[in-house]
Amino acid sequence: MPDYSLDPHSKMNIEKIMENLEDYRPRRRGWTWRKLIPRQELGPFTYSQTSKGLKASQPLPAAGFFGGIDPQPECTISSEIASGRFEDDLRRMRMSAYHGADHMMVIRTAGQSHFDGLLEGTPEGIGGVPISRKQLRATRKALDLIEDEVGREINLHSYVSGVAGPEVAVLLSEEGVNGAHQDPQYNVLYRNINAVRSFVDAAEAKKVMDWAEIAQIDGAHNANATAREAWKVMPELLVQHAINSAYSVKVGMTKDRICLSTVPPTAPPAPALRLDLPYAVALRELFVGYRMRAQMNTKYMESDTREVTVTHTLNVLLSRLTSADIQSTITPDEGRNVPWHYNTVNGVNTAKQALVGMDGLQEMVEIKRDGVLGDRVRELKERAVLFLEEIIDTGGYFEAVQQGFFVDSGMYPERNGDGIARDIKGGVGTEVLLRAHDYYAPVCGHFGNNLRQEGVNHTCDKIGGCTLCVPEKIQWIDELDEEDNVNQRLEKSRPFREEKLTPEVQWAGDGILSMTLFLPTDIRTAHFAALEIAKQMGWEETEVTHKQVMHPAEGTVLEVKGKMKVSIDPATLEMPEVEERLSAEVIRQKVKERPMLGVAATVGQDEHSVGLREILDIKHGGLEAFGMKFHYLGTSVPISKVVDAALETGAEVILISTIISHGDMHRLNMQKLHDLCVERGVRDRLILVGGGTQVTNEMAKEWGMDAGFGRGTKGIDVASFLIKYREEHFSNKERD
Amino acid sequence: MSMQRIDDYEARRGHLSELSEKELEERFWQLANQIVDPLIDLARTHTTPSIERSVLLRMGLDSLMAKSIVDKALLNGVLEHGAGHCVWRFAVISGLEIPQAAERLARGEGWEKVKGLFGEGKNNA
Repeated sequence: MPDYSLDPHSKMNIEKIMENLEDYRPRRRGWTWRKLIPRQELGPFTYSQTSKGLKASQPLPAAGFFGGIDPQPECTISSEIASGRFEDDLRRMRMSAYHGADHMMVIRTAGQSHFDGLLEGTPEGIGGVPISRKQLRATRKALDLIEDEVGREINLHSYVSGVAGPEVAVLLSEEGVNGAHQDPQYNVLYRNINAVRSFVDAAEAKKVMDWAEIAQIDGAHNANATAREAWKVMPELLVQHAINSAYSVKVGMTKDRICLSTVPPTAPPAPALRLDLPYAVALRELFVGYRMRAQMNTKYMESDTREVTVTHTLNVLLSRLTSADIQSTITPDEGRNVPWHYNTVNGVNTAKQALVGMDGLQEMVEIKRDGVLGDRVRELKERAVLFLEEIIDTGGYFEAVQQGFFVDSGMYPERNGDGIARDIKGGVGTEVLLRAHDYYAPVCGHFGNNLRQEGVNHTCDKIGGCTLCVPEKIQWIDELDEEDNVNQRLEKSRPFREEKLTPEVQWAGDGILSMTLFLPTDIRTAHFAALEIAKQMGWEETEVTHKQVMHPAEGTVLEVKGKMKVSIDPATLEMPEVEERLSAEVIRQKVKERPMLGVAATVGQDEHSVGLREILDIKHGGLEAFGMKFHYLGTSVPISKVVDAALETGAEVILISTIISHGDMHRLNMQKLHDLCVERGVRDRLILVGGGTQVTNEMAKEWGMDAGFGRGTKGIDVASFLIKYREEHFSNKERD
Repeated sequence: MSMQRIDDYEARRGHLSELSEKELEERFWQLANQIVDPLIDLARTHTTPSIERSVLLRMGLDSLMAKSIVDKALLNGVLEHGAGHCVWRFAVISGLEIPQAAERLARGEGWEKVKGLFGEGKNNA
């Protein structure tokens, strides 16, 4: 059990996580799926495709209009975490889980797949983290705490690829990892690891993963990302999925833990769904019983986060039109830098928003299986069958790999001769030995010939139990490098985690910030001008991360990132006191004792009425609900009329609302109201309040109001202010 | 030696055209299984240094010791009997617990004894 718990109002104490790791054991093993609640009522709606809600979470921004509901889709949502320092990733995982992710995919550091053995300790990584026992144990411990905070199981994910697959599989199983990529074809094609070794290792790794009930994700999606024209590899993708799936089943894995990593092959401006939908249907018809992990297309992704978000949304549409058990997310900034904290969260929210928005889509819309889509489905299946036939005719899988069958940019049976060819005797890690007749391994989760010793019921009895059965036997190595480890890094980042504030995008204290700016000039001039602007602002290590032509001559929009040496001590900040809000009871009592009368209007040329009506309306818990009486004058009311009405009715409060802030309308209207009241000599006996989405209290006061209320204001906020202000400024005596 | 070929799908698909959707799907899986069968056999009958290290980890050794023992077993020509097998048999004949036996083998001691157990790498049960 964790020796400490998270407080939602305090930052995660990383030092505390790192304590007593030697004795920490994961709570459970295996993958956890969300459970569908077929008809769930949340707020005013009924959902068909949601799961249990979270104990604590951050809903979508628009949730405020629907009572703050935060529906959680029924499928797993993955979050990709890859900063290079796992201790900083832990905080990101907490944020990500708080928005609804329950599958943390920790990207490995560059080069780990060629490391012949296990890494130990906590060295810093590049583009990902070195996966080690200590890193996994700390991460699992942090996730256990996060699970308690949000009230949902969270799956930790890593990779069982490379030359040390079986060892990594054992490590992951021992440390409570719940999901992992495992596909020998990935080793062969993209890591140039010996093909025979890869398949022999894979069987052992899969057997161990099966023991630990780890969900497996295959590697077929890499063909999408590698082939020159990604949509042409569709027949091959079906073949790659089939090889890994059939191999996994033969090792003993159950289908419901074998997940196909499927990526829509195209993205706009291609007519994406016309290509992607038949493929998605063919895949799901061929692979009945297997699980689908829907990943977004990453091949056609550049630096525009808006474009990436639309592609992601279209991919989720595909998931809702067909099916997805795991909806993966790609951070929208992946095309420009190592993912930043808030972009990881943005990715999660894109998936959550789109999934929830398309809840129950198939109850109303169905795929037209016959016709053009059916023809395409049939063609894809046939092309895949032809591919498999030729592998067999050629002499089998290894021979096909040698002849460059895979990742060819032609739409099979078309071949462009640019596939990845691997020599069966070549590559990294060629040691493969024929097992002797007396081969013996006294452990569980072992695949293949194993001479059973006499008098043994359980394979590991001879040694008194293996680590899978007796976890106390797991050996702990803390650190191997005195300099390159988490303790040293935490020491350096401590001030920024505990005392001072500086901007951060991936590591505590990294000081990175970014700005968006439009420059009314051509793209090249804009580029250098933007860098100069950042320099004059005192930024260092500046870089243009995104630029887009608005018009070749009229202008360019850019995003610039840089570092700034700035640190704030929050204790020295001048912050206005938080207004204590009166309770509804107290407000009602006060109004009963002394009635409150006012007038309210949307002023200027403004037809918006919703916001003000909600503040006033009894149904919305507005001012009327507390017994206050307000005359609502309507929309587009001139200021002079508002003041006239107040004087005629003997009102003590004037409430004006301005949504439109073009040309400073909201400022001008408030100033005008104040000035007019002064002119008529009634300013002293009226309480003036301005509201609107762009209004803040500070602004409104500056413009002559007694208070201002902006976005998110509730009736009770205004009511509480009015009562308090009246008591402070107009005691009964004065008024009498 | 990668091949170039124009798309001859129409010419090749003749034998598939009469198959029902279900028959086509069955053929897909029958072929996939046919391709992986020899790969599975290979896995059943072979081992690798990583597999052997993973066995030693499960026997309660740390990763450094596992690597050291597997490297030495390979050098001494006995890895094909199983690295775990070597450690276990060595522990039994030496009257040691697994961790102590492993420590000695990792230090390079006892390998002549281990080789003797397996008759110079011959396949004896």
